[in-house]
Amino acid sequence: MQIIDLLQSMMPMVLFYSAPLIFTALGGVFSERSGVVNIGLEGLMVIGAFAGITFNLGFADTFGSLTPWLSLVVAAIVAGIFSIIHAVAAVSLRADQVVSGVAINMMAIGIGVFLTREWYGKGQTDSIIEPFYTRTIPVLSDIPIIGDMFFRGTYYTSYVAIGFAIIAWFVLYKTPFGLQLRSVGEHPMAADTNGINVTKIRYIAVILSGMLAGIGGATYALTISLSFGAATISGQGFMALAAVIFGKWHPLGAMGAAVFFGFAQSLSIVGRSFPFLQNVPTVYLIIAPYVLTILALAGFIGRAEAPKANGVPYIKGSR
Amino acid sequence: MFSNRLFNIVVPIVSVLLGLIVGAIIMLFFGYNPIEGYLALWNGAFGNMYFFGETIRQTIPLILTGLAVAFAFRTGLFNIGAEGQVFVGWVSAVWVGISFDLPAIIHLPLAILVAAFAGALWGFIPGFLKATRGVHEVIVTIMLNYTALYSSNYLIRNVLSEGGDRTEPIAETASLRTAWLSETFGYSQVHWGFVVAILMAVLMWFLLEKTTYGYELRAVGFNEHAANYAGISVKKSIIVSMMISGAFAGIAGAMEGLGTFRYIYTHASFTNLGFDGIAVALLGANTALGSSLAALLFGSLKVGSLRMPPLSGVPSELVEIVIAVIIFFVASSYLIRWVTLRLKKGEK
Repeated sequence: MQIIDLLQSMMPMVLFYSAPLIFTALGGVFSERSGVVNIGLEGLMVIGAFAGITFNLGFADTFGSLTPWLSLVVAAIVAGIFSIIHAVAAVSLRADQVVSGVAINMMAIGIGVFLTREWYGKGQTDSIIEPFYTRTIPVLSDIPIIGDMFFRGTYYTSYVAIGFAIIAWFVLYKTPFGLQLRSVGEHPMAADTNGINVTKIRYIAVILSGMLAGIGGATYALTISLSFGAATISGQGFMALAAVIFGKWHPLGAMGAAVFFGFAQSLSIVGRSFPFLQNVPTVYLIIAPYVLTILALAGFIGRAEAPKANGVPYIKGSR
Repeated sequence: MFSNRLFNIVVPIVSVLLGLIVGAIIMLFFGYNPIEGYLALWNGAFGNMYFFGETIRQTIPLILTGLAVAFAFRTGLFNIGAEGQVFVGWVSAVWVGISFDLPAIIHLPLAILVAAFAGALWGFIPGFLKATRGVHEVIVTIMLNYTALYSSNYLIRNVLSEGGDRTEPIAETASLRTAWLSETFGYSQVHWGFVVAILMAVLMWFLLEKTTYGYELRAVGFNEHAANYAGISVKKSIIVSMMISGAFAGIAGAMEGLGTFRYIYTHASFTNLGFDGIAVALLGANTALGSSLAALLFGSLKVGSLRMPPLSGVPSELVEIVIAVIIFFVASSYLIRWVTLRLKKGEK
């Protein structure tokens, strides 16, 4: 019974902690599946959080309760545009993709905090007045056990995230575009020979990853932090990257990993209130996602194989 | 035709200029005077002995993390984990600093050595996993960064202090600071770590350029298969390279623990020394001398930026943007090469 109680009180928290990770990890899946390593997910989340919060602060009066949703859209657009920098460097200019990602992260924090100081005169914005609120779904929440776990006191964004994961799976595995994207990530030359525009596909994939990471960052900002500052997104993007790998570059796998990491995060926060976890130092729960990812990569928990051409710039005509 | 050697000098210089120009454009766009802004930056870095001391203080760990990343690059590895290696080095150095009672001549070197060893151990994990299981070191080191961050916070709270947010200060015998040096530099936080940093830069240059072993490590970086064919143990080289790289970053942590702060506190996020080290190594073309110069540049940019808000009103984050732009241009050196070659052709 204890386990059920535990799950019942934790599940809403797990769902809202994992939503930003799911969005961002899906972005990572698109980018890496097309062969572009995206260490910049963290920075793209920062830009998303920044755009979401500033839009929310500026337009809450105009749009009322619609504001948080519009904030997500704005965050997606802004982060999508921002990710073009990574695409240009990594795809067109053949830059080292990891380096370019590191630069994205630095630049995002720089621009975000610079503009925050310019516009608000301080390093941290005020709290937003139109955040997402927790909801209880009618009817579904009345189902015994499951109702309390999944449909009471959660944010709509969590369901949207799960929906996006299913859409991402469909796009990647059931559409011609998805096949093209995956083939570009595995063997760009073969794809090119078959008339697929490698550059175009990779640009689209990177921009998609930017948009999704932007939504992820904004979701985090609008449900958890409620304001923007230099420390708002500390490490969420890298944890999403871990979810991509732990989920073996598969959208549904990444979603599962993200939920699992969200679970570990919430355990580290509420774990103290459960008798059998009281003696476990929280540090183990906090580092669990990272250690597990290393173990997964090392093949101790099923082998995680990266897309073959991941991280390799495609140069036409070279072998 | 331009030679590769010339490009290695042209690309960083052009990138820095482009970065500063982008910074100037941003300042203009937001209604600031870029000359005033950069003047404030210059004065904040070199304006008087105090600021100069602070610039040196900031440069010391950057040289070392830069060397860490550069060494890894030269041997065909990407160490994005300097961030975590800095933490384990910092914690270990402070641990030695507070728990032993030794004469300075032993205490200080011991603390630095233990930090180097801790960093090397943290570098061993990705090196070992790459050598034996073919796991890419980038992801492993990123994951280890967070593991190091949270584990060191745990150690600070539960082992090195009684639930506090920082440890007690280290013993004087393990300190890199001396009253005389601080006084000379206007009571800044400058410390003798710059000697350590320069020694390490010389050591890396010597190891890589002047010894057979260094040549072997580089050979693995150039071409694993050829190195293997030549009888070099590739696996061992990868592990050793990653450990040496980690040791450099561990020493960078020791500089913070024994010089700048003389204790360690719990961190909410990274110090960014490791990520900046990537920028330093790239700009320095992965050489010891280049990295040291690049570290001085970034050190002065970072320290100088703190004077920008009071003197010119420009938010200090401008410098972060400038540094990121510089990295972009260095990383995209293909663009600079292409443009220069075009210009060359045009002349003919």
